[in-house]
Amino acid sequence: MPSTIDTYFEKLERTRMWRSIFRSGRGSSTLHNALAIQQNVFLHLFPTKVRKRMVGLGATWYLGTLTLGTFLLLVITGILLMLYYHPSVPQAYSDVKDLRFVVSSGLFLRNLHRWAAHAMVFLAFAHMFRVFYRGAYRAPREFNWVVGVVLLLVTLLLSYTGYLLPWDQLAYWAITVGTNISSAVPLIGDKIHFLLLGGNQVNANALLRFYVLHCVILPLTAVVFLAVHFWRIRKDGGLYVRESEPGTASAQPQPASEERK
Amino acid sequence: MPTMTTTTQTHPAPGGSELDRREFFTKLGLGSLGVAAAGTLAFYYRYLSPNVLFEPSPIVNAGKAENYPVGSVTLDVDSAIYLIHVAEGYFSLSAICTHLGCMTAWKPELGMIACPCHGSRFSEEGQKLAGPAPKPLPWLRTWISDDGELMVDRAVTIPQMQFLRV
Repeated sequence: MPSTIDTYFEKLERTRMWRSIFRSGRGSSTLHNALAIQQNVFLHLFPTKVRKRMVGLGATWYLGTLTLGTFLLLVITGILLMLYYHPSVPQAYSDVKDLRFVVSSGLFLRNLHRWAAHAMVFLAFAHMFRVFYRGAYRAPREFNWVVGVVLLLVTLLLSYTGYLLPWDQLAYWAITVGTNISSAVPLIGDKIHFLLLGGNQVNANALLRFYVLHCVILPLTAVVFLAVHFWRIRKDGGLYVRESEPGTASAQPQPASEERK
Repeated sequence: MPTMTTTTQTHPAPGGSELDRREFFTKLGLGSLGVAAAGTLAFYYRYLSPNVLFEPSPIVNAGKAENYPVGSVTLDVDSAIYLIHVAEGYFSLSAICTHLGCMTAWKPELGMIACPCHGSRFSEEGQKLAGPAPKPLPWLRTWISDDGELMVDRAVTIPQMQFLRV
């Protein structure tokens, strides 16, 4: 017997406004379920249909999803930290100190940002190890592995650029050493060094450039590549599950007594 | 338009080396896009290179030469230079490690200059003794100003063993 809430939703889903937003209409058929995914801008990146064992913990240990989770956490905490942080030489260090000692919950949000950053690097590596040792990088998924490597580099660059922002001794010397490594590029090394720092030494221009890289350029790059990364999962035949792949031992016909998963 | 297609197909460019009109305009279009892209790159490269830098002057006034007795090695942390007075005269070394740019320090107990970052060591004259540094510490142009003060230009390196005698 349908409850009052069900009736209410049924009425709501028949209204003109609801139908103008969700065009797939009401119904529980496979077609309706597929349309609900396919016609949603956020969900359409994903396949309309997945095998149950693909979304089980055993297939992926959810390492990619967890990496995305830390990324979202970093975006949220990062935007909140931006409300108190000025990327300028006289203010940067004292703003970070204020976040620790003066701003309510500032200590929590800054530490959350820092620990989530460490966790994201760790999880990205764990995700890559999992993909590598499961052999999930092989055809037809080899291009998505390349996209993943780009995402790893963006993750590391995000860590590196964020390192300068507290403007303490650790940050200053880490960025001095790191940007000097770019000088080792043949022929154009010194030019890259100059462009990165916006000068010859780690100074106000360098702080501002690293801030813009950290808060705008690199996150946008990450979002673009993340979209491609998720979309490719669908295009390459869904998440990798060994049993569903042709040519693997367990994909061969099994004895009748053994039930297939 | 079928007529146009027929014309193109029945009259191919003679000799094969000449372009037909469509190919010519395609190449012209792609070429101009390439020129525009190169111009855009140059434009942004120039925009990203600052023309004015608010960085300290490379010329440092180190004060009276008498302040540096014979046998002393003095590190000025703010300007990252050593002023060294030996029997042969005065000279000045950059204190920036030639490996990855950390500031080195004079270790009197070892009689050498050491870098805290990756363990490079240099002699008092800047010669590399150990570690990953690819080059010796550069000697900097040093002179006595009209007011009798020791001046160092951090932007100008000089050959080693050119001592300043006062």
